Amino acid sequence: MRHGIDYNQELELKMTIRLNGEEREVADNATVEAILEQMRLSPQRVAVELNRRLLRTENYNQVLRPGDQLEIVTFVGGG
Amino acid sequence: MKPLRIASFELSSRLFVGTGKYQSYEIMREALEASGCQVVTVAVRRERLFDQSGRSLLDFIDLSKYIILPNTAGCFSAEDAVRVALLGRDLLEKQKNPGAGWVKLEVLGDKKTLLPDPVGTIEATKQLVKQGFTVLAYTSDDPRSAVRIKEAGAASVMPAGSPIGSGQGVLNPLNISLCLELLKEGDAAYPVIVDAGVGTASDVTVAMELGADGVLLNTGIAHAKDPVKMARAMRHALEAGRLAYESGRIPKKRYATASSPFEGVVGYIPGE
Repeated sequence: MRHGIDYNQELELKMTIRLNGEEREVADNATVEAILEQMRLSPQRVAVELNRRLLRTENYNQVLRPGDQLEIVTFVGGG
Repeated sequence: MKPLRIASFELSSRLFVGTGKYQSYEIMREALEASGCQVVTVAVRRERLFDQSGRSLLDFIDLSKYIILPNTAGCFSAEDAVRVALLGRDLLEKQKNPGAGWVKLEVLGDKKTLLPDPVGTIEATKQLVKQGFTVLAYTSDDPRSAVRIKEAGAASVMPAGSPIGSGQGVLNPLNISLCLELLKEGDAAYPVIVDAGVGTASDVTVAMELGADGVLLNTGIAHAKDPVKMARAMRHALEAGRLAYESGRIPKKRYATASSPFEGVVGYIPGE
């Protein structure tokens, strides 16, 4: 509920960020924490970069801004 | 065999095995076990956001047993390599794995040859050392580049036997031995690992006989018809090569030297 109007999910305020190289719409108050939860990823099993800088786990609750570049990475097989 | 020291790391096995390109995580796990390795390399990649199988590499590596060596494979600039190294370190700190202290640095020149870019490698080495990393730097078999990378602060230089995944073995043993000679001049304990190009067991032995401190490989095991058996072969090949190196081989001679004495031979000897 916002200003007495019952917004459904489609009308919820959104913003666009770049997530792993692709444009993604997320809630306008999205945090890394919330995005990870939505994707069912454990914060312990990923590392995160925000605008090309490493984001430490303790800062995953930081609110994102439109146009932010987010990278969520993990380990894969490699030599 | 003596343990191998690289900065603060003391390693019981001199074989470093990659985790890429196996048919399944189960085969990978069995091959790692059979290789007897203590260090396994991994790559850092974007999490797949839509197509998650739910199976993660980390579920198949015993983090209490193996030291993870994260690489910067796929990076074509010093800047990207540093970014990836920082991400890998953060992930390993979360797993409380000692591998958080080091990185296998790769700064590549192009996708076709996967040969290292020497200038980018040196630049990234300097930056990563400043950020507290123990840097193990992949490089070509060029001895002068190897020396420059050591001077930039790398804890270990890792010349390639031949291009990554090519299976061509040690193509230029002279250059590898010159790398070893120059890198270890007045610093015999400086660790030099032959990285890349291993196709079969004898390639590992050749590298170790030249005096390399260890060998890093992936495809030679992962793409063998029987990766687990090949992993065992690589383990024995490494041990054979190291023992032969430590034993000191005989010089090559032009002519034969008899092992059985001529003195007391019954019968005719030509020329006598």
